[in-house]
Amino acid sequence: MSDFILTAKGLTKIYKQRSGKFGFGSTTIKALDDVAVSVRQGRTLAVVGESGSGKSTLARCLLQLQPLDAGEVHFEGRNLAGLNGSELRAARRHLQMVFQDPFASLNPRMKVGDIVGEGLLIHKLGNASERRERVVRMLQRVGLLATDMEKYPHEFSGGQRQRIGIARALVLEPKLVVCDEPVSALDVSIQAQILLLLKELQQEMGLSYLFISHDLRVVRHMADEIAVMHRGRVVEQGDVARIYAEPQQEYTRKLLNSIPGQHRLAH
Amino acid sequence: MSHLLRIEGLTVTPAANPQRLLVDNVSFALAAGRTTCIVGESGSGKSLSALAIMGLLPSALQRQAGHVVFQGHDLTTFTPAQMRDIRGKRIGMIFQEPMTSLNPVLNIGYQIGESLAVHLGLSGKALKSKVSALLEQVGIPAARVSSYPDELSGGQRQRVMIAMSIACEPAMLIADEPTTALDVTVQAQILALLAELKQRMNMGMLFITHDFGVVADIADDVVVMFRGQVVESGPVSDVLGNPQHPYTRALLDCVPDAEGSKPLKPIDYAWLNESAQ
Repeated sequence: MSDFILTAKGLTKIYKQRSGKFGFGSTTIKALDDVAVSVRQGRTLAVVGESGSGKSTLARCLLQLQPLDAGEVHFEGRNLAGLNGSELRAARRHLQMVFQDPFASLNPRMKVGDIVGEGLLIHKLGNASERRERVVRMLQRVGLLATDMEKYPHEFSGGQRQRIGIARALVLEPKLVVCDEPVSALDVSIQAQILLLLKELQQEMGLSYLFISHDLRVVRHMADEIAVMHRGRVVEQGDVARIYAEPQQEYTRKLLNSIPGQHRLAH
Repeated sequence: MSHLLRIEGLTVTPAANPQRLLVDNVSFALAAGRTTCIVGESGSGKSLSALAIMGLLPSALQRQAGHVVFQGHDLTTFTPAQMRDIRGKRIGMIFQEPMTSLNPVLNIGYQIGESLAVHLGLSGKALKSKVSALLEQVGIPAARVSSYPDELSGGQRQRVMIAMSIACEPAMLIADEPTTALDVTVQAQILALLAELKQRMNMGMLFITHDFGVVADIADDVVVMFRGQVVESGPVSDVLGNPQHPYTRALLDCVPDAEGSKPLKPIDYAWLNESAQ
């Protein structure tokens, strides 16, 4: 269906862990257990779940940053698992990621201009002055200055670094952006700025988002559809308003019920 | 109403730079059996205020002015030895990271028992049975008394921290972001446990958080901090229901709601600076 920019099915990822005496035994953990998700063109699918539910593994496997044990990922009609190295690199131009930790995900030895421009260089887009112009335009669009190109990541606050991370992903004009907990390390006032920026950019650039989060209040605000993950499985999936209003699964109900601010515990 | 804790004009600065007010003339009070939440963003001074109350400021910082009156005594006049006798006995403490606040090479029974031995002089059978009772009280089977921290989940570790903090039945509990590192379902359990213990033991609880949802659930009174200062304080229904200060209003506008009906509005700091003058 052309309506979906990304469809994945049967995704399975098994981690083996050494266990028992001296680690001679082994136990297996199904981080992804027959997972199917799809992202609509221009929309946001949020994947929610608690730690260990498999949501970050899902993100990494969708981008082929980690090999799958089974399953298919179709992006714009092509199976990513079937691509060779150079084909995959080419496809990744349209498939970018914004990471959780704006401190760990930017190379501290590179200037911001080089960080944001590196993708253009790798994908051989434009000559030096065109690349520079695109970097400047992107930095300005995310609320930074052209002069910030010459600075290093440590000169920026957490929220500004996340803006750099967003500029780095979006300068390539991708079609799908995987956002892995993009605001969970930020203060609530900065979080609001970044969420609004992501929404504006989605409108302007026609982006589709796969938005990974453990914060159900943020998800309610960002998502069109959600997939609830629990122990490596998607337990419930569908329109966000419908699921928040009428959760069908026990686990979803428990999760929604745990959102703070609904039950007075004080007297 | 007699206060369990009264903070008056508390001011914290770097020792090397006394002009820089990290905590600026902070005053508030806490009554027995009530919960006061200090809420604010990073750098607002909320954690430093708590450390200053306990006399645990890092050596590069100093309490430049102010009084901390606990049960009628000014803690700022206490010697380090007197403070050690208060901390862990009359004032319990819980920190954010249950992973790093427990000693990985000692079993949890030993760690819970330590303050009972030090402060109350318990030993042998009496100590053992008190530790078991504490574990049960926080929802961990007493059979796990010999477990090590790495054998427990994050929520269980925070339960162990809570057992340690209430071991000597303190009059007051200071909890600095105790649920921030936890999953949302575990957070709900820990908040319910703290509320129940506070009620049963008639403790005063000073609870530091950045999450207005948590504030709405557990606070009786709220202190909102911004750039080292208290910008607003009062009963939770007033502060959340009818905020008076522009910063409180702006901060509440940044919080997404679970219904998704409220548009997010980021803080306009330029406007805020102007209206502060």
